[in-house]
Amino acid sequence: MELYLQWKELMREGIGLPFWQEAYVKFYQAFIEADRWKQYLEGVGSTLLVTVSALILGVLLGVLVAVVRSAHDQQRPGRHNPILGVCNGICKVYVTVIRGTPMLVQLLIMGFVIFKSSRNYTGIGILTLGINSGAYVAEIIRGGLMSLDPGQAEAGRSLGLNYIDTMRFIVIPQAFRSILPSLGNEFITLLKDTALIYTIGGKELVYAAQAVASRTYEQMFPLVGSALIYLSLVMLFTYLQSILERRLRQSDRR
Amino acid sequence: MIDVKNLSKSFGNHLVLDNISEHIHPGEKVVIIGPSGSGKSTFLRCLNLMELPSSGTITFNGTEITDPKTNIDLIRKQMGMVFQHFNLFPNMTIRKNITLAPVRTGLMTQAEADAQALQLLRRVGLEQKADAYPAQLSGGQKQRIAIVRALAMNPKVMLFDEPTSALDPEMVGEVLSVMKELAHDGMTMVVVTHEMGFAREVGSRVLFMDEGKILEQGSPEQIFGSPTNPRLQDFLSKVL
Repeated sequence: MELYLQWKELMREGIGLPFWQEAYVKFYQAFIEADRWKQYLEGVGSTLLVTVSALILGVLLGVLVAVVRSAHDQQRPGRHNPILGVCNGICKVYVTVIRGTPMLVQLLIMGFVIFKSSRNYTGIGILTLGINSGAYVAEIIRGGLMSLDPGQAEAGRSLGLNYIDTMRFIVIPQAFRSILPSLGNEFITLLKDTALIYTIGGKELVYAAQAVASRTYEQMFPLVGSALIYLSLVMLFTYLQSILERRLRQSDRR
Repeated sequence: MIDVKNLSKSFGNHLVLDNISEHIHPGEKVVIIGPSGSGKSTFLRCLNLMELPSSGTITFNGTEITDPKTNIDLIRKQMGMVFQHFNLFPNMTIRKNITLAPVRTGLMTQAEADAQALQLLRRVGLEQKADAYPAQLSGGQKQRIAIVRALAMNPKVMLFDEPTSALDPEMVGEVLSVMKELAHDGMTMVVVTHEMGFAREVGSRVLFMDEGKILEQGSPEQIFGSPTNPRLQDFLSKVL
C-alpha cells in the first residue's frame, strides 16, 4: 500500500520506474485500488448466472426439440401425425436458423431490434444464449439418442412397453452417458460466449474489465486478468466434468 | 393363432418377403430355416410388427394387428421376443430387466413381479444373478435371462430370432435346453435358427425359406429325411 502510493507518485512525475515496479502499480490499480476486485467478482457472478440460466433454458429447449424430432422420425410409415409434422417443421427451422447465423448477430438483433426498449440486458443475454444453445443441445441429444443400439428400443417395445416408457427407462438413461461429455463442452462454450453480451450492455466480466480500464486508462491488466479468470473457470469446470464422468463410469458395470 | 395373409415386405426396391401366407396354430413349434438373407428374420419380425409389412395382413387371435388403429403395445404384451444379440438393458439389474415391463404395463405389482422373476430365474438356474448387471454374465446366461424377461409377460407365443447365433459354441446347449423345456411345457413357439438338431428334435413343423418365399414345409422327418425342393436339398447338404 505504502509502496504503491510512493511509486505511483514517482510515475506521475514522469520518472521511469523499473519494469516490475511499474507492473506492480498497474496491477494494484487494476485490481486492488478502490476495491475494484469486487467489480470483477460481480462480473464473474453474473457471468456464471447467465451461463447456468442459459444452459438450463438451452437444455429444456433442446430436449423438447430432440424429442419432437426423433418422435417424428420414428413414426410408423402411413401413420404420420399432422401436429407432430408441424412441430417438426418448426423445430427444423429453429435449428437451421440458429446454427446458421452468428451468435453475435443474434445477440444484436435481440438487444437492439426485438427488445429495443428493455433495459434488462442480462435477461436478454440469458434469453438469447439459451435459445442459441438450445439448437446445439438439441442436436447433441438427438445424436445421443440415435447412437444407442436400436435393439435396446426394440427390446423395450417388444415387451409391450409404449414409446414414452421405452424412452424414459431404457433409451434416455443410456443416451445420457454419451451425451454428457458434449453437454459439458456446450457449457464451456456457453461460459465463454457470455462475454458477447457486453456488446448489448450486459454487466458481466468483460464489462467489469472495461469499466476498470476506462477509469485507469490501462487496458492490459484488466483484460489479461479477465482472460485468466475465464481460463481458470473453464479449467475448474473441465475438472468437475471429468470427475462426474468417472463417477458415472464407475456405477456403470458394463 | 397367428394368421398371415399375402405378406410382402420390401426395403426400398429389394423385395424381402414375397407374398407369404401362413398360419401358426396354438401349441405349435414352428422352426424356420434357410440361408442368410432369405427373409426368415424379417418374417419373424413382421409377426409382432417390429418390421412393418409393405402389404398383407397379420391377424393374432382375431385382432388384425396390421390395422393402423390396433394398439400394437397390447398385442406385443402377449408375444414374447428373444433377439440374436440378447438386448438386455445394461443400465438395470437382472431383476429390473425382468420386472420392468410387467410392472409398467400394469400386469402386476412390483412385489408380484419380483416373486415371479425369482421363480423364473430359478427355473433357468440363475436365481443368484438377480442383482447382477448384464455385463457380469456370459452370453449363454444373458440369453437365458432374455428368455425369462420375455416369459415374465406371460406371453401366448414366443418368437425367437436366431437365439443362439451370437453365442460361443459351448453356450449354445444351455440356451437350447431352456427352449426345449419351454416347448415341452406347451408354449407356442416360432423359432428362426441355424440349429438343425434343435429343429429336428423340437420342431412340430419346419419351414424352409429362400428369397422371400416358403419353398417347402413339413414335419422335421419330411424336411430332413426326404426333402423334395432342390434348393432345400442343396441347403441341407451344406449345413448337415
